[in-house]
Amino acid sequence: MKTFPLGGVHPSDNKKWSNAKAIEVLELPDVVNIPLGQHIGAPATAKVAKGDKVLTGQLIAEATGFMSANIHSPISGTVTAVDMQPNGQGLRQMMITIKREGDEWMPEIDRSSDIKRECTLDSAAIIAKIKDAGIVGMGGATFPTHVKLSIPNGCKAEYLIINGVECEPYLTSDHRTMLERGEELLIGVEILKKALNVENAIIGIENNKPDAIAHLNKLIKEKQFAVKVEPLKVQYPQGGEKQLIAAVTGREVPPPPGLPIHVGAVVCNASTTVAIYEAVQKNKPLIERVVTITGKEMKEPRNLLTRMGTPISKLVEMGGGLPEGDVKVVNGGPMMGRAMVNLDSPVTKGCSGVTVFSGKESHRVDMECCIKCAKCVSACPMGLEPYLISKMSKKQMWESVEAERITDCIECGCCQYTCPAGLPLLDYIRLGKQTVMGIIRARAAANAPKK
Amino acid sequence: MTVLLSTIATLSLLGILAAVILYFVAQKFKVEEDPRIDEVEKMLPGANCGGCGFAGCRAMAEAMVKQDDISALYCPVGGAECMKSMATYLGKVAPEKEPTVATVRCGGVCAKRPRTNEYSGAKSCAVASSLYVGETACAYGCLGYGDCVEACAFDAIKVNPETGIAEVDADKCTACGACVKACPKKIIELRKKWPKNRAVYVSCVSKDKGAVTMKACKAGCIGCGKCAKVCAFDAITVEGGVAYIDSQKCKLCRKCVNECPTGAIVLKGMDPLPKEPKAPAAKPATESAKPAAQPATKPATENKESVNEQK
Repeated sequence: MKTFPLGGVHPSDNKKWSNAKAIEVLELPDVVNIPLGQHIGAPATAKVAKGDKVLTGQLIAEATGFMSANIHSPISGTVTAVDMQPNGQGLRQMMITIKREGDEWMPEIDRSSDIKRECTLDSAAIIAKIKDAGIVGMGGATFPTHVKLSIPNGCKAEYLIINGVECEPYLTSDHRTMLERGEELLIGVEILKKALNVENAIIGIENNKPDAIAHLNKLIKEKQFAVKVEPLKVQYPQGGEKQLIAAVTGREVPPPPGLPIHVGAVVCNASTTVAIYEAVQKNKPLIERVVTITGKEMKEPRNLLTRMGTPISKLVEMGGGLPEGDVKVVNGGPMMGRAMVNLDSPVTKGCSGVTVFSGKESHRVDMECCIKCAKCVSACPMGLEPYLISKMSKKQMWESVEAERITDCIECGCCQYTCPAGLPLLDYIRLGKQTVMGIIRARAAANAPKK
Repeated sequence: MTVLLSTIATLSLLGILAAVILYFVAQKFKVEEDPRIDEVEKMLPGANCGGCGFAGCRAMAEAMVKQDDISALYCPVGGAECMKSMATYLGKVAPEKEPTVATVRCGGVCAKRPRTNEYSGAKSCAVASSLYVGETACAYGCLGYGDCVEACAFDAIKVNPETGIAEVDADKCTACGACVKACPKKIIELRKKWPKNRAVYVSCVSKDKGAVTMKACKAGCIGCGKCAKVCAFDAITVEGGVAYIDSQKCKLCRKCVNECPTGAIVLKGMDPLPKEPKAPAAKPATESAKPAAQPATKPATENKESVNEQK
């Protein structure tokens, strides 16, 4: 069975809490907060003002430039504020607040559950529709999908890889989507194949989801889809774009600014592919997504179809409320998720799950000294030396960390997970990466006029 | 014996030969350097802190000697005296600059700013602020993990374990600006240094709306603008929901201190004005005027606490 060649760890997947729970529709929230920046790139520009009436699916913020994404209203009602509000990390962010009045949809959105397979649009029209629908990568990275699908000159896509790996422990939203919306997913793959003009489409799924693999294979056989399902050996971080490409095609993406397209691959998350189907065939913008609420101590772990902007506290409530004692609520899974301080913060396009840790698990282990055991080095899927770049970042040796290729880091957290001394390796690496990226941008800006 | 003599003779010859070669090499590759650079470097404090903007004292000395106009150069550690002696030596005009002192503009002590969560990541303000808001609901306040303490080469700034806020020892502070650069929240400012470490400043940089600030911290500036109205010297501006006192314009009249409803304006090294000031007595204190209050003997940090208590 295939997997990526370098590094990786095997955390306990803990998916049993929610992987057998069918997707339920969460009741509509009374008030939603929609952040203008819920994707990588420039935040969108608000198109509504206080007092405006909006319908479900109406454009409320427009993409600012190419590297940005549209945002649509997830409910119908009145805009009550366009203002700075704290996000999950408590940092102030521009958000549109909408108070719900009923649930009236934009008329052009097809809300029926009929499956529509025929797609007569050409590549440019499909990408335009995806751009209009504001679709971004729903695995967590929130990279605008239309940017990914716009192949740069001189490159050609050979492989379309659908990311159904969901290697992050606890989360099951992609798993449930593949099981319950398999046909839509496969039509989405066909649409993407057309948009990219590629022959090979491969869905990569880790073999801890045998039911999803079997279900999709059955659908492919029954309904004649030209798609291949590739079962993969369980290993974190297989869902990383570069790791998945290596696992499926054996090709290595060159270091930044190298892109997957430079080795002929385009990777798209499974939930995103279903959203693409809805956008192209049903004119439905990205206004809802499946969010897993899970945790060992949660009474009712669930997979909930949630409108964007719903407060996280609502999900926690649906999961049976916070357990007693010390808790840590993480937006995402335990490896790459971010701890939250504000549970009134909204569900965004990149929020695939909310994981609740309690008691001892909510704390980090005590820090000790690095004994240079190099476990982090063998765990790093990018072949870096985490103990070294972490220490150099701490000492603010920015030139050295740049030379050690800190920008290659995918922030998967394998190093910190594997560290027997409990060192906050990733904390410093992330800081170093941000700083070095800033230095690189400043250098590019300084060099630009001379050319 | 002959072996010994021949050895001494050979080695001496080699030594003389090497000396001659070295002499000619030194002549050939001689680097002309202004001897004044060494002298000026000796006059500088030698802290190599980078507060002047150069890589170290040597680089500063080179710039002092090479540049005709040294008005843009200033060593904050040596201060006016050091600049004057160097300028006199070089026959140039010394730049005039008032002494400044680093000021931590956050009054969110534990008692006033409740902790809402516990941070267990790397103990670094830069890391914490890149991750999230911090252990309180205020997104602008001091995090207290001591990046400024790390940066200070003069042991002049410490995080008080009781308040969780960095505090500057004004006597040790050389205003090199290292802490200002290290603080990710941009709380530390170099402000005019008055005699006896007297100071009046807004100890808050929160740009949140009044109600949000109030909820997060009882000592925060809510941007009500009462201080700006009462200021006779046009030194206070309220912008983005937070008041700022221009230390160049402020005359330490202390009127604003009494006016502030949250106690965000901090007074150091002086007693506050009586609550109901007598009409003619509210004259602004100037540098030449003798302080009416007894001189501060306590360290500045303790004074701040006592000021807060008096309110």
